[in-house]
Amino acid sequence: MTVAIDVALEREGVGGLETEEMTLNMGPQHPSTHGVLRFVVKADGEVMRRAIPDIGYLHRSIEKISEKVGYHGFMPYTDRVDYVSAMQCNQGWAMACEALAGITVPRRGEYCRVIACELGRIASHLISVGATGMDIGAMTPFTHCIREREKINDLLEELCGARLTFNYMRIGGCAWDLPPGFAARALDFINRFEPLIDELNELLSFNKIFVERMANVAVISAEKAIAYNLVGPNLRGSGVRYDVRRDVPYSVYSEFQFDVPIGTGEKGTLGDSWDRYMVRCREMKECCRIVRQAIEGLPAGPVIAKVPRTFKPPRGEVYVRVEGSRGDMGWYVVSDGSAFPYRTHIRTGSYTAMSIVEELSPGLMIADLVAVIASFDIVAPEVDR
Amino acid sequence: MQQFADGLMEPGGPLAGISTPLGYVLVVALFAFLILNFIMLVAGVTSWVERRVWARIQSRIGPNRVGPQGVLQWLADGIKNIMKEDIVPEQADRFLFKAAPYLTMMGFFGAFACIPFADGVIAADLNVGVLYITAVTALVVVGILMAGWSSNNKWALLGGIRSAAQIISYEIPAGLAVITVVLFTGTLSMQGIVEAQGAAPWKWFLFANPFLFVAFFVFFTAALAEGNRTPFDLPEAESELVAGAFTEYSGLRSLLFFLVEWGNLYVIGAVATALFLGGWRVPAVTDNPVLLGVLQFLVFFGKSYFLVFIAMWVRGTLPRVRVDQLMSLCWKYLVPISFVNMLGAMVFFVLFPEGSPVVRFGMVAFGAALLVYFLSRVVFHIRRARPEFHLSPFA
Amino acid sequence: MIAGSGGSGGGAGASRAMDVQQIFERLGQLCGGALLDAAPGDGEWPRLNVVPTRVAEVARVLRDDPALGFDCLANLTGVDLKSEDSIEVCYHLFSYRHRHQLMLAARASRGDPLLPTFTDLWPAADWLERECFDLLGVRFIGHPDLRRLLMPEDWVGHPLRKDFIEPEEYHGISTRRESLLKL
Repeated sequence: MTVAIDVALEREGVGGLETEEMTLNMGPQHPSTHGVLRFVVKADGEVMRRAIPDIGYLHRSIEKISEKVGYHGFMPYTDRVDYVSAMQCNQGWAMACEALAGITVPRRGEYCRVIACELGRIASHLISVGATGMDIGAMTPFTHCIREREKINDLLEELCGARLTFNYMRIGGCAWDLPPGFAARALDFINRFEPLIDELNELLSFNKIFVERMANVAVISAEKAIAYNLVGPNLRGSGVRYDVRRDVPYSVYSEFQFDVPIGTGEKGTLGDSWDRYMVRCREMKECCRIVRQAIEGLPAGPVIAKVPRTFKPPRGEVYVRVEGSRGDMGWYVVSDGSAFPYRTHIRTGSYTAMSIVEELSPGLMIADLVAVIASFDIVAPEVDR
Repeated sequence: MQQFADGLMEPGGPLAGISTPLGYVLVVALFAFLILNFIMLVAGVTSWVERRVWARIQSRIGPNRVGPQGVLQWLADGIKNIMKEDIVPEQADRFLFKAAPYLTMMGFFGAFACIPFADGVIAADLNVGVLYITAVTALVVVGILMAGWSSNNKWALLGGIRSAAQIISYEIPAGLAVITVVLFTGTLSMQGIVEAQGAAPWKWFLFANPFLFVAFFVFFTAALAEGNRTPFDLPEAESELVAGAFTEYSGLRSLLFFLVEWGNLYVIGAVATALFLGGWRVPAVTDNPVLLGVLQFLVFFGKSYFLVFIAMWVRGTLPRVRVDQLMSLCWKYLVPISFVNMLGAMVFFVLFPEGSPVVRFGMVAFGAALLVYFLSRVVFHIRRARPEFHLSPFA
Repeated sequence: MIAGSGGSGGGAGASRAMDVQQIFERLGQLCGGALLDAAPGDGEWPRLNVVPTRVAEVARVLRDDPALGFDCLANLTGVDLKSEDSIEVCYHLFSYRHRHQLMLAARASRGDPLLPTFTDLWPAADWLERECFDLLGVRFIGHPDLRRLLMPEDWVGHPLRKDFIEPEEYHGISTRRESLLKL
């Protein structure tokens, strides 16, 4: 440190105002790093010069595990890729395997998947929205969000017995059909939940202090968002109307009416943290619409196709994209014809979002870094896998 | 207090025959002991109340295990914290690190000397009471800055510096708001200020004229900032600075900081009550001086605790501002507003040296209208969100 | 309907989307000889095998040519083809402008896998290449900061290589554990 002071003295001249860059270690046990992330922050007082992300603390080598456990056996591991919204990870893996083997999922199975995924997406967005509030310093929205999420967890627990790592889907469909009365309970929840989104918006989203904290912070233009491969709500926050569910419709999403909300820049600049945050709030309403349509249009029939117990897809490769809660999730699977995947790669939304943080950080304040991470909805296990 | 001490030392009194300085010391010690116990109780119970109120706002239950409804939770927490290891980081400046909590404690404890709980119930009715409170609560910043610096932790340092900048800045609008009151009373004595108001709400300074009305909100906002309360809780912003200036503290020392936080909350409420909400003034309903004193105390405590409740409510609702927004709020808005407000108050004082009943009536009507508007919003939101009601506070 | 069959780009830019054959022909005109195959692969992400030394050139054309307009590097990953003694790096390219997609594949030798970096074309390549280097040992020439990303900085070896043997211990912590069933 003395060396640094000497250097500073030399540069500024004795008697001049010396400033020294401060290196702060933020994480991996920092309260607002959403899991185990670490930033090395170079700061000048409260203003950051640079925030260098350091990831890998949650690296569980899930891709390597897939090469050892086989196609069916890997399904529970996909829950752990993004444990905040495990349903879409399940679906990504199932769809990749189905694409490799050319399996068609029964329509009821697809509907069950959609219902489960959209409920999971609401749950995930609730966590994100609440945690954003908490990172900005408002504790109450978080508990209210968690309360609603618990209700979703109750529903999903009825569906598959688990509350976090669902392991609901199987290659070829879903593990179980909807339990009796599930549809009515899910509809009841949706009907109660929808007005609460407006309440949440009034409590948090349009709160003056919250808007001041989020608007115009870390603005990302559409070009930059695309170049950094931001996906999902982060991309839509920058004004790009792109949603895998609508633009490359998979499953039965083409049969539903829903909007793709994008950032509007109404409180600041298009592509700021507030826009990214608000996209999630608005998406929850669209999720409610999809769930309602899916429940109303639920066809009869089996939920799972006949899939051999020893699943050996033919040689080939496939890259499947699903719209996870944190955006376009890419599953690249290579099969060599054996019972084990030859290579699996999971390209997740948080990963690319994390890689833009360093680019955004100069000039932000330390408090903003927290807001930016929250606005990206970064989930550490998804970054590290 | 001096009369009280002199009375005790008169021939025939309990302290008769004792030398005068020693007698004074004994009496001061007695008062200090009483107040210390009172504020420990208030701060402790406030911690429990805050957690319960907060839990209710957040649709949780809150602490309910220790004692009836968890009311003894603060005792359990205190005992737990006393038993914990008192860790001093190796790189810390040991003396300053250890001294900082006490300094903070002193700053806030000192304020209680001038809080008028009832007619005659005040530890020291200084003729510069308001000034004294403003000055002595600023000592807290020295403690927090000391804690932040001596911890030798950059998060703590950031927290300490934030705290220093914040408290010093917000002293100005708070002080100006106080001066607005002093303009009308002509005295700095707390009892004098309370006595200048009446028992009925329309005789409070809050509704005396528009300038005092504004001054109240400026004072309350600035006081929240000085007390490091949400939305100005930047010095210990847990989502940014881990625990700010108190990051490295453990055990009893960390408890002392929290005690100061909750105790300070009460000081804010008490000072605002004395300055703007009529203090302990009650109508003369009884001739019994003891009964009247108790009634006055209860009224004062109730009013000040209502303000404490408001601060808790604010904490349960609002997010935290950023440090630059905090500064711009102070220097760009609160300071100019309070200056203009003070000038307006002077003009008003020249025009109506005795106050104006019309203005007073208008202000009360305005306050009532605000209340009606607030209630209508509450009804609107309840109708829209259709929440489940849990009205019993002890369910 | 399953994912593999949802081939069309859809959406607003669908009218300008090129099909695989058009992309292939356009690319053949602009950088002939860089493509290894006579025809592109089929499927949702048609595969184009590219000469490794010219992959950066092809990528630049794909990005900069207005008709191709691949503005997004959706994914970058490697596959260890041990039996063929090479490592194949796959680039999934997507165009938000035209809503068409393509997969580039380039092979590097397994002994010393070297490929040009894409960081100057798509900033998203930065971390994706670092991950590929970390897990497969592919070195990207020109990458500004090619350090390990997921594994510890002092880790030896590249875990996703097929011949990677897990070390017995890491900093004195054993990586072996008795099966829980035997306890």
